[in-house]
Amino acid sequence: MDKKRRDFLKIAGASTLAGLGGTAVVDRLVSGTSPVQSKATKEVDSGHGGGHEAAAQGHAAGVEVAKSGNRFGMIVDLRKFKENPALGDIVVEACHGTHNVPDFSEKKDEIKWTWLTGYGGAFTEHSRLYKDQLTLDNDVLVMCNHCDNPPCVRACPTKATFKNKDGIVAMDYHRCIGCRFCMAACPYGMRSFNWRDPRAGLDMNKLNNEFPTRMRGVVEKCNFCAERVGLGKQPACVEACGDSKALIFGNLNDPESEIRKVLKANYTVQRKPSLGTHPSVFYIV
Amino acid sequence: MFEKALKGNNYYWVWLAFLGALMSIAAFCYVRQFNYGLGLTGMSRDVSWGLYISQFTFLVGVAAGGVMLVLPYYVHNYKVFGRITILGEFLAISALLMCLTFIVADLGQPLRMLNVIFYAQPRSMLFYDMIVLNGYLFLNILCGWVILTAERNGEHPPKWIYFFVYLSIPFAVSIHTVTAMLYCGLPGRHFWLSAIVAPRFLASAFAAGPALIVVIALILRRVANYDVGKEALNKMVTIIIYAAIINVFFVGLEFFVGYYSDIPGHKHTLQYLFFGLEHHGHMYNNLVPYMWGFVVLFIIGITLLSVPYTRNNKNDIWLGIGCASIFISFWLDKGVGFVLGGFVPTPLEEIVEYYPNVNEIFITIGVWAMGAFILTVLYKIAIDVEHEIEA
Amino acid sequence: MYDSGKIIAGLIIFVLFVTFPIWYNHGDAGAVPKVELPKDTKECVLPADQMRAEHMQLLNVWRDEVLRTADRSFNVKIGDKKYQMSLMNTCMQCHTSKKKFCDQCHDYTSVSPYCWDCHLAPVE
Repeated sequence: MDKKRRDFLKIAGASTLAGLGGTAVVDRLVSGTSPVQSKATKEVDSGHGGGHEAAAQGHAAGVEVAKSGNRFGMIVDLRKFKENPALGDIVVEACHGTHNVPDFSEKKDEIKWTWLTGYGGAFTEHSRLYKDQLTLDNDVLVMCNHCDNPPCVRACPTKATFKNKDGIVAMDYHRCIGCRFCMAACPYGMRSFNWRDPRAGLDMNKLNNEFPTRMRGVVEKCNFCAERVGLGKQPACVEACGDSKALIFGNLNDPESEIRKVLKANYTVQRKPSLGTHPSVFYIV
Repeated sequence: MFEKALKGNNYYWVWLAFLGALMSIAAFCYVRQFNYGLGLTGMSRDVSWGLYISQFTFLVGVAAGGVMLVLPYYVHNYKVFGRITILGEFLAISALLMCLTFIVADLGQPLRMLNVIFYAQPRSMLFYDMIVLNGYLFLNILCGWVILTAERNGEHPPKWIYFFVYLSIPFAVSIHTVTAMLYCGLPGRHFWLSAIVAPRFLASAFAAGPALIVVIALILRRVANYDVGKEALNKMVTIIIYAAIINVFFVGLEFFVGYYSDIPGHKHTLQYLFFGLEHHGHMYNNLVPYMWGFVVLFIIGITLLSVPYTRNNKNDIWLGIGCASIFISFWLDKGVGFVLGGFVPTPLEEIVEYYPNVNEIFITIGVWAMGAFILTVLYKIAIDVEHEIEA
Repeated sequence: MYDSGKIIAGLIIFVLFVTFPIWYNHGDAGAVPKVELPKDTKECVLPADQMRAEHMQLLNVWRDEVLRTADRSFNVKIGDKKYQMSLMNTCMQCHTSKKKFCDQCHDYTSVSPYCWDCHLAPVE
């Protein structure tokens, strides 16, 4: 296809520039929107011109800024999970059911998007000494942090994982070559690999028919329900919490959003903030 | 020149047949892995790289080690290395082909391999690794072949080739530096996140690569009547001793930083590798024997190489054992411990140990056999040409 | 030319071998596949001849739009109605049978797209 060839030439040119020492130029070129659009889209697509301006809030140089100015984030209110210990499993089930995440009995083949883990495992930078028993006894819901400065995106050699315009760190399973560099790069251990055909671990009669499965040999992880958020819905895990407000989802770049108001009113922590990844998931402990 | 590879004595053919058999077994195992997925390995979501990538990492070093011959011979005009340099260049070719094969064996979707070029991502270290590995492979094939052809025709090699010879020197350094950068640029993997990884890789490469070349040179002296000369071997041993000591010195520095600073993240992996790490009442220590093997073999090797009596022993048997010890020692360090250890503990501070699967082991052996096969054929050609010139 | 007899014989055998499918089928390409079209809709995203030739490019473009520019809005027009760019949630809603639609031509032309390794075909 013509589009591919021109993209390739553009990147080849950009790499040459990198060789000449113009990394800043390359960042511009690579993150700029492509002027090339195939005939097919033009005929189909009535228009999507707006929303491509770069957002003002970029943290540091080299950080990919979400093009729509959105940066979706989540608050996990662990107090609510402590009040209702059954909630954690409901949330995990809702996520895995919605995204056809397989369930393998052997730990070696395990795939998970969100799960419950001990306080110490989730917050490795926090001390556990003399912590209150309630905190130590209750598990913490973990998921992809959709970092503003994601190391996995930097590591991926094919841009199969990337940050989309809503600030969501997404996966393109069609492009992933399965090198698993992103898994080594993720400092939160949130990525899983399809070691075998995922359909072997799924009940084919109980699938969500609106969302695909994956194939073997690709990496997968929580996608912040990009397929639902793109349609204006809440993520499946948030919906599963009902009105409990145990999970709050919204646009971190909008000062008027609910998530920003809750962040302003409560003390929250992030996982491993010292690594400079700027996670978009916040915890109220 | 290829016709020279087609004439050999029975030992030559039996050896190639043996390697071919191992390669066939591996091919069969790879078909199984291709059809089932990487689930036929011991890897998991917690230890997501295993034998393949650790072998790749080590073999990049073996390939880079050849520069320790190229540099003195071409840059410093050190004539003594005349007969041994070609061994280094051809070793680099076979080691690089093993590296590339290991990467392909490790890919979940090998058929999409070219996406690395179609959708090149210049921020990924893997992109640069692809460039330097293929570049160094190309340079070695080009230089080795052109120079050997010229020698065969009794001519001086063409002047232009020296541009590529000199270019191959920074490339050799870059292949191992970039390979180190695959690891040392990852946040949250404390063991890998160390600026000394690249120098340490280079030091271990400059010991392990030449050590293997010395072992091979001693074998060739017996089986192929090809003597690289005692002076060349002595100089090689000097290089190996210095590089090996520097490598172990760097490992010692890692120990100092970890244990003196007493920061748990910096200590955990070293603790796990050398002493075992306790977690929830269970002792995890499956790599401990390998790491002490590294230490013990290093001491044996360096002693045999340093003591004049063993180094200059008449038939060089101790010299060979010493170099083999260094080579195996550094294989245990980098080809086993470094990559596998880096995944312990996991980012969620759990411990998952890795045990390779039989299928995976056979594939690994097969790739090594493939390297030996290519190396044998290349050396056969090179040595026959040298014999022809002398005759 | 040395061994010209052997070379020419070899070439003939080679040509016969690669054209074997044609001999075997007596030059007949087989019956043209008939695809079952949706009963209650007449229009598709693009005219039929264009769809026949370009549906794979179109799906690639949709894929990149949906995943990469995160454009999931209903901007695909079919007649007066608007649809999402989606194989599973748009195409296969009208073309309710993969076997009677997709597979017909794909089997005939012996292509096996890997769409269905992940995407779910309608239950039939």
